[in-house]
Amino acid sequence: MIRFENVTKRFGSFVAIDNLSLDIYEREFFALLGPSGCGKTTMMRMLAGFENPSEGNIELDGADIVDVPPNKRAVNMMFQSYALFPHLSVHDNIAFGLKREGMAKDKISARVAEMLRLTRLEKFASRKPHQISGGQRQRVALARSLAKAPKLLLLDEPLGALDKKLREETQFELMDIQEKTGTTFVIVTHDQEEAMTVASRVAVMDAGVLKQVATPSQIYENPNSRYVADFIGDVTILEGRARKEGNRYELAWADGQPPIVAQSALEIGPGDTCYYAIRPEKVEIHHDKPEDDNVLQGKVIDIGYLGNISTYHVQLANGQTIRAQNFNTERSTQQAFTWDDTVWVNWTDRCGILLAN
Amino acid sequence: MRRAIVYLIPFTWLLVLFLVPFLIVFKISLSDVALARPPYTPQLDLSQGLSGILDFVRELDFENFIFLTTDSLYWKAYLSSLKIAAVSTFLTLLVGYPMAYAMARAREDWRPTLLMLIILPFWTSFLIRVYSWMGILGTEGYLNQLLLWLGIVSTPLQILNTNWAVYIGIVYTYLPFMILPIYSQLDRLDGALLEAAEDLGCSRASAFWLVTFPLSRPGVIAGCFLVFIPTLGEFVIPSLLGGSSTLMIGKVLWEEFFSNRDWPVASAVAVVLLIILIIPIILFQKNQQKQAEAEA
Repeated sequence: MIRFENVTKRFGSFVAIDNLSLDIYEREFFALLGPSGCGKTTMMRMLAGFENPSEGNIELDGADIVDVPPNKRAVNMMFQSYALFPHLSVHDNIAFGLKREGMAKDKISARVAEMLRLTRLEKFASRKPHQISGGQRQRVALARSLAKAPKLLLLDEPLGALDKKLREETQFELMDIQEKTGTTFVIVTHDQEEAMTVASRVAVMDAGVLKQVATPSQIYENPNSRYVADFIGDVTILEGRARKEGNRYELAWADGQPPIVAQSALEIGPGDTCYYAIRPEKVEIHHDKPEDDNVLQGKVIDIGYLGNISTYHVQLANGQTIRAQNFNTERSTQQAFTWDDTVWVNWTDRCGILLAN
Repeated sequence: MRRAIVYLIPFTWLLVLFLVPFLIVFKISLSDVALARPPYTPQLDLSQGLSGILDFVRELDFENFIFLTTDSLYWKAYLSSLKIAAVSTFLTLLVGYPMAYAMARAREDWRPTLLMLIILPFWTSFLIRVYSWMGILGTEGYLNQLLLWLGIVSTPLQILNTNWAVYIGIVYTYLPFMILPIYSQLDRLDGALLEAAEDLGCSRASAFWLVTFPLSRPGVIAGCFLVFIPTLGEFVIPSLLGGSSTLMIGKVLWEEFFSNRDWPVASAVAVVLLIILIIPIILFQKNQQKQAEAEA
């Protein structure tokens, strides 16, 4: 439904978006994820019409929209600051876009009532924005941007101003609303958890380039680069040289440490430098040496206790730290491992990811 | 104790420099004119004791206020002042709003300079600036010379000594009082609001009328009052730039005091002017209060 075709955007000599192509499909909840300054906001502003690409095309439903001004696009945006009109009531804020369309009065009030119901704001219709809470303001902004039934809704860090609990609730609300209305949502965020929770597909961006576009689980379990693996979730990354052994690779990564074995579909030449990413929840921790692949000995140097899980930082003899996570399934204040314990960590050959770059 | 002193300072200030002088003026307005020094009667003679005070109070009356209603000059002057103040406030708004808007839209690093330029005229004496308008607006003045040279007019325009000269003088003098409050409102306007308006289907122009202007309204109201209130009693500009037909209460007041030496009537004129001014001042205060509440 949306197609970016070789889009480049420059601000002076700074390249914000670098020859980027991307397709976003109808009824999708699509997330643009990246650190600040990676160009994700510029992408969104180009979709809304506030910025024009320096080169390339942007299509919406097959039609080029580069020259269509923002007030003529079937695209609405929910602003990071919400940008609610402070002089208008909640009701009038939501009705604002409908009035500009010249919609009949009774139709407007019906549509506004529907939006108020959808966002559970019926009680606050006559309040001014400064008389309601941050979470309510966020919902007004959402209702206002949905009122015109846009083909595409853009959400610019929509939950950034909310506290953690409210943010999590709102994430599920957003997904519900997206499903109910069937609108295509594009969300911009730097919060990977938010992107993973709400989106059906995630694009990880860095320095104006798309690093990977895939479903949240693919991004997490099969990152295509060190950058993506590192950006999403916790990971330990090792560098080494791989050698093919049957259907597996053997990674020589440090002197005095056994090689790491991994299954991978990647084609890596013998002696090429490659990387190995292993996530802490896939690493097991033992007092006694297990009989398995990838068994390493080390010492617990740090413990992060989060209640439901504990993260152990295990330092190997060569100084490398491997993180291992354990679910605290039993209710006990006594931890199985403590500082300076000598332990064994291990994981199977399917748990880590071999990366070429 | 310390808090009491903090409160006391402004109240003492008001008492000594506003309320006491006002009561003196009010007392004079209840007196009769006399060929004496000071030129009114009765005089309070405290050496007579209580009977002296009673005699004094008995002599006071509202004669001068009644006189103001019988001579049409006075109420015409009040009305004319209101009209001139209203028209010039409107003209100042017309000139000031676009300037404030342009300033708020200017590049960030230019704004302090632009603000400085707005305030700069205050560094020259007010009188000198009004006098120089006489040099510009006169029949031999620079403006007419320019218009003749450009061939726009064939005979010099009579601008000086008309109400138009008064309007020009007032707009010029009070422009900063209009620009500054409007600018401070527009400066705080969140640019995302305009983008949101556009995103929801507004053209640039309708975004201005639906978002920018309503949000700058407190500044517009404050600016209008700041121009209207002092203009109503303005004396220097109409007497220097205005003609014999320019009727303003400030001029009447001056003439009663200094030409007619009728202090009691002049005082009555001043008291009425103050009463008229209290209404817009109260409205102004209300506006400021409302704005402060909205921002809290």
